[in-house]
Amino acid sequence: MGLPRPEELISDVNLKKMPSKPWMDTLPVEFKPGFYCYGAKAKNLAYVDMPNARDFHVTDPDWKLPEDWKKIVLEGIKQRIERFRTFHVFMDICVRCGACADKCHFFIGTGDPKNMPVLRAELLRSVYRKYFTSSGKIFGRNGGARELDLDVLKELWYYFYQCTECRRCSLFCPYGIDTAEITIMARELLNLLGLNTDWISGPVANCYRTGNHLGIEPHTMKSTLEFMCNDIEDITGIRIEPPINKKGAEILFITPSGDLFADPGIYNCMGYMMLFHELGLDYTWSTFACEGGNFGFFTSLEMAKRLHSKIYEEAKRLGVKWIIGGECGHMWRVWHQYHDTWFGPIDFLEEPVSPITGTKFEHAKSTKIVHISEFTADLIRHGVLKFDKSRNDNLIVTFHDSCNVSRGMGMFEEPRYIIKNVCNHFYDMPDETIREQTFCCGSGSGLNAGEIMEQRMRGGFPRANAVRYVHEKFGVNLLANICAIDRAALPPLMNYWVPGVRVSGVTELVANAMIMKGEKEREMNLRMEPLPGKGGE
Amino acid sequence: MGIGLALISVLGLILFAYLGTAVIGLNALFAVVFPYAAFIIFVLGFIYRMVQWGKSPVPYRIPTTAGQHYSSLWFKQNKIDNPSTAWGVALRMFFEVFTFRSLFRNTKAEILQGRLYVGSSKWLWLGAIAFHYSFLVIFLRHMRFFTPETPWVISIVESLDSFLQVHILGSPILYITNLSILAALLYLLGRRILDPKIKYISLPSDYFPLFLILGIITTGVLMRYFFKVDVTAIKELTLGLVYFKPVVPKGIGSLFYIHLFLVSILFAYFPFSKLMHMGGVFLSPTRNLANNNRMERHVNPWEYPVKHRHYEEYEDEFREKMKKAGIPVEKE
Repeated sequence: MGLPRPEELISDVNLKKMPSKPWMDTLPVEFKPGFYCYGAKAKNLAYVDMPNARDFHVTDPDWKLPEDWKKIVLEGIKQRIERFRTFHVFMDICVRCGACADKCHFFIGTGDPKNMPVLRAELLRSVYRKYFTSSGKIFGRNGGARELDLDVLKELWYYFYQCTECRRCSLFCPYGIDTAEITIMARELLNLLGLNTDWISGPVANCYRTGNHLGIEPHTMKSTLEFMCNDIEDITGIRIEPPINKKGAEILFITPSGDLFADPGIYNCMGYMMLFHELGLDYTWSTFACEGGNFGFFTSLEMAKRLHSKIYEEAKRLGVKWIIGGECGHMWRVWHQYHDTWFGPIDFLEEPVSPITGTKFEHAKSTKIVHISEFTADLIRHGVLKFDKSRNDNLIVTFHDSCNVSRGMGMFEEPRYIIKNVCNHFYDMPDETIREQTFCCGSGSGLNAGEIMEQRMRGGFPRANAVRYVHEKFGVNLLANICAIDRAALPPLMNYWVPGVRVSGVTELVANAMIMKGEKEREMNLRMEPLPGKGGE
Repeated sequence: MGIGLALISVLGLILFAYLGTAVIGLNALFAVVFPYAAFIIFVLGFIYRMVQWGKSPVPYRIPTTAGQHYSSLWFKQNKIDNPSTAWGVALRMFFEVFTFRSLFRNTKAEILQGRLYVGSSKWLWLGAIAFHYSFLVIFLRHMRFFTPETPWVISIVESLDSFLQVHILGSPILYITNLSILAALLYLLGRRILDPKIKYISLPSDYFPLFLILGIITTGVLMRYFFKVDVTAIKELTLGLVYFKPVVPKGIGSLFYIHLFLVSILFAYFPFSKLMHMGGVFLSPTRNLANNNRMERHVNPWEYPVKHRHYEEYEDEFREKMKKAGIPVEKE
């Protein structure tokens, strides 16, 4: 990775020392390699009709902005102030008490004061004050206001693509000021000028065309699932035929596309198919609605809506009754907090009822979307599934609460209940680092790019630090989670900070322990490694 | 940044009031005109700001959830920190407004020898709660100046505030809130100066209200305990304001006018400043909405249709590949 050794990486961080220059005087911002994502490509912006499509190179002095860029930004601010009470109130009521300051994983990992949530917000607030408040107009800098110029714009870009929208700060704010909301607004403004990153705009364009971020075409998706089924057959002796685009199925299943592609998400995907097969569930995959994640959400709310419109359209076309969503973080924030407003009323689907247990998921009666962990926990509670927990005996497990599911939904018990039912060894990390206080993986909201590895390793330090604690204390060697970005981001984080800890989804653990009807005696886990007692540890 | 500017501004205001009354003798200006003007600015300004915020709609329901959610499963919901009903929201807001629940959650992060330590930290909460409640009690106690007969509620507040029954050097009975608000203000000011992080983010508008309120409290304390002022004359003045029959009694010293002027400034400054967090906290959508998103639809008044890809276009692009792979299609 070309990074310093872990013990050296954060040796330059001093949370108690601030620069001698006031923060308004530290421009222009220095684009440090390892801390910023590459700029968006013209073709990806153009494909989804984003403005000012051109190849954007961050370190070029000329950002090739439209001539009236300043007017565009200021009108954009005005429009959002009038449209979002969140943004309006959050721009006005911060008292700079500093409660949020040391809550941000990026501030803790970098010591950069502009990574304090309060200051990240002030970067934009200062512009807002200058043009939209009387105190800013009259008192100028003494009123905390500053002119919008190119240097300020570049600073906004740099720091609003250093926020993972994890909302940890908003938990501690006495007024609930939510930096994620401010970042969403700031990124919308930046996107009015075509200032996106390659790692977000590429997946957005892919998702628009193929239905998923990775650009997997329908036939490839089918063969990918079939490859997984080959492995499942090798492991269990059971042949599964995954239903694809099946009309009239009862349930549409959608998971983030990371589960179709990358290790260790694929094991989770195998787990979903094994679970549904064992239940005899009447469900279907869709090759069109094949992405639960939504990188549009890291671009603009409009783009998020454009990308997720396919979900209900496809549910309607296939004639399903309701939808189960796989394990993913920001996907669930979007599904939970935005879907019904965007796409409702969803009167062409039925209120979800588990066909296996009869449980009515009344809390999902309007959106008709149930989380796989809710579905699985209910199955376990009803004793529908049989487990051989000893198959997971080599695993000493801890659970990472994904930010969005935690602070944008509040699902803490379901995954823990599941894990404890399929694993014998489970230990939680310290209270200040889990559940609603969970620390981000450091790579969310489109920041999982390879070119910002240093920022990610620094931002993931608080998470890794807590894992290291349970690793040393209890011998924890597996970090379970219910988020596709986590499954992509945590393995490098663990390799760097806490070698010896692996990463998995929760459903992988379920399927590994689940005793399937007619299965052969299993010798291997889903990763095709020997099971404990079968030549394994 | 800006601590000097804020201090000089407040000292300037004090000097202005002193010169205006003791030297030039424009007592009526300070006793009548400024208080009325300040009160009007406060009321209209406060309403204006709330209306402005209220005019911005709440397009999405995005509470910050801080506990286990409600679901049809058997897990116990945290009804206060993750409410799913209006009653739950009311409880959450009650604890937020009256006990500063989010601030009570505060922690402190420290890095020692390359390891991160996160521990509980209640000092900010304590300082904030001490300041706000002391201010509230002092504000209520002052109602005796604006009512001909002191209401019994106010008398109870006064007696509670003075239950220590202490007299300093034969002065009137000591109010606990006089001590607690000074301690809290000095703490809040102190951390802005001594904590490098807080110092770095502080604006002149963060120091100004602290110095202003310190000035108000100091002049009030001086009048009560150290320099005897003519309370009867002052009450004549304040009641005159209430009954819209303003009078400017003789024998009221500049100390009182400085006090009154700083209070007037505080009222007039309020709607244009961060002090509006008092109203804003009630309008914060991450706190005042129920997390019932999948049960009840939230409507966005300005939602508009967006261009998106339809299945037909998708199938048109991939039909041959889909057919070859044996995936069902709409049009053969």
